[in-house]
Amino acid sequence: MTEKIFYAAAAMGEKVRGPALVAKDGFSARYDLDRIRGVFSRPEHKLAGQSYLGRILVLDVAKGGVATAWMLYDMMARHMMPAALVLNAVNPIMVQGAALAGTTLISGFDCDITEAIPEGATVEIDPAAQRPYVKLIEPGT
Amino acid sequence: MKLNDEERSMLAGEQGPFRRWAIDHQIKVGSYLGAPDFVPIVQAHIMADTESLGLAGVEWLERWAGLPAVQRRVRVPTITDPRGTDFAASARIKHQSWMLDLERRAVAAFESFGVLMTNTCINYQTIMPPVRGEHAAYGDTGVVIYSNSVCGARSNFEGGPSALSAGLTGRTPRYGFHLDERRQATLVVEVRQTPSELSDWGALGGLVGRLAGDYWQVPALVGIDRVPSSDEMKHFGAALASFGSVALFHLVGITPEAARGGDVIPSQQRLRRHVVTAADIRALQDGYCRQIDAVDLVVFSAPQLSLMEMSRVADLLDGRRATIPLLAITSPQVKPDADRMGLTGRIEAAGGTVLSGMCFYQSYAREMAEANGWKRLATNSAKLTNIIGGYGYKPALLSMEACVDVACAGGRLVQ
Repeated sequence: MTEKIFYAAAAMGEKVRGPALVAKDGFSARYDLDRIRGVFSRPEHKLAGQSYLGRILVLDVAKGGVATAWMLYDMMARHMMPAALVLNAVNPIMVQGAALAGTTLISGFDCDITEAIPEGATVEIDPAAQRPYVKLIEPGT
Repeated sequence: MKLNDEERSMLAGEQGPFRRWAIDHQIKVGSYLGAPDFVPIVQAHIMADTESLGLAGVEWLERWAGLPAVQRRVRVPTITDPRGTDFAASARIKHQSWMLDLERRAVAAFESFGVLMTNTCINYQTIMPPVRGEHAAYGDTGVVIYSNSVCGARSNFEGGPSALSAGLTGRTPRYGFHLDERRQATLVVEVRQTPSELSDWGALGGLVGRLAGDYWQVPALVGIDRVPSSDEMKHFGAALASFGSVALFHLVGITPEAARGGDVIPSQQRLRRHVVTAADIRALQDGYCRQIDAVDLVVFSAPQLSLMEMSRVADLLDGRRATIPLLAITSPQVKPDADRMGLTGRIEAAGGTVLSGMCFYQSYAREMAEANGWKRLATNSAKLTNIIGGYGYKPALLSMEACVDVACAGGRLVQ
């Protein structure tokens, strides 16, 4: 297949590759996650009940309050983190949380990234590239 | 980001490793979000309950607490959001000893930084409301949106690490709502009926938040036909921030930056427009209530209750008896007044429990549910209904009066 590259407005963290978990829905660590079990717990969330551990989360926008800024650090320490966060739009909290935790975050695309990346696809993120990008390596379902 | 001599000194570690970490963290955040430089701030406000911090976060704080005082103390007045427990009443809500131990450790660390432990999310009602044009680093979405919108102050959402950084450096990256151009409306919402109950204001905030969609949107509301009270603004803003992650709104003809629509609605742009009716507000509330026919407890919290709200709860309970748990959660500043004026006594004589310095969803809500057998709750806080589902609860959004009725009817919801 031909690799597809989606360039982003901003990114931080390490280069990562992994399977994508995709939904056209928002993201907040406090509102949406059972951080003990590592699953989406908000009943209305499109990923409710699914594990996010080790997955590259591809979601629409950062939602909710300020708690995510601390929670990502604790999740990282307990090895209960997604592999990276890919969002159409961030709020400052997601950036602050990623900065403290040292996790990979990328956002701001010319397209709707939740439409562009299929569920289960293998993707690569390079925040340090001259133009930060998400690369679609293998298609998912 | 452009740095001045002071900022370069901090980044070089000349003022100790804590300030070096703080300014480096702020540069990472500011660079991501396009800040050209820093802006001095007058206050910082830190959200840091231990359910969010976790053990890793508390240990991280403690590492800095071991530094010499000159290297670890904040440089501008820095206060705190609600904690994860009310130490004086923790047994009544079955908080466990490990939670209290973690809380004590976090409090000790913050005190060593010179942070003032106000433990409140209504500091704009009780501590020191910001003045129009002041730059601040507030760390609670409800505080940010109220301060920006009602007071005309300037703050972004500053999570705990960033608010702490701002306290240490006395500045914050200049992006988002510190900038004039970000404070213009991006959508217009016509409100067909001005809400009356606090829960209606919250529901309106929830609806506008869903319409807004993300942090960078600024809704301007038209059609509000009277000046809302501070508590009404509080519930509206808290829900708007929670449902939409929104940090600033304008009520045309009411809030300080929107004396006229043209002040905030750019004439050269066609903004998207929406209409919200009374039926929309009812539909949001009914959507929660349809999920359940009874509740296990009633919660007044999120935000903490003002003295006026405490007074109303006491009035509604007079001569009655709550037969399921009813929690009224306020700030450590309001609580002594509520005690002195007999409000606490009246609420508790009717079977309620008054808590202070915490907030329900920030206080180990999942563990409280398991320890107390709570699965369904009624509240007049739209913000709480939006959050608490993720902790395993099924919420009902009712007026304060209806919540008290439910508490006195054994939890049965009257449709």
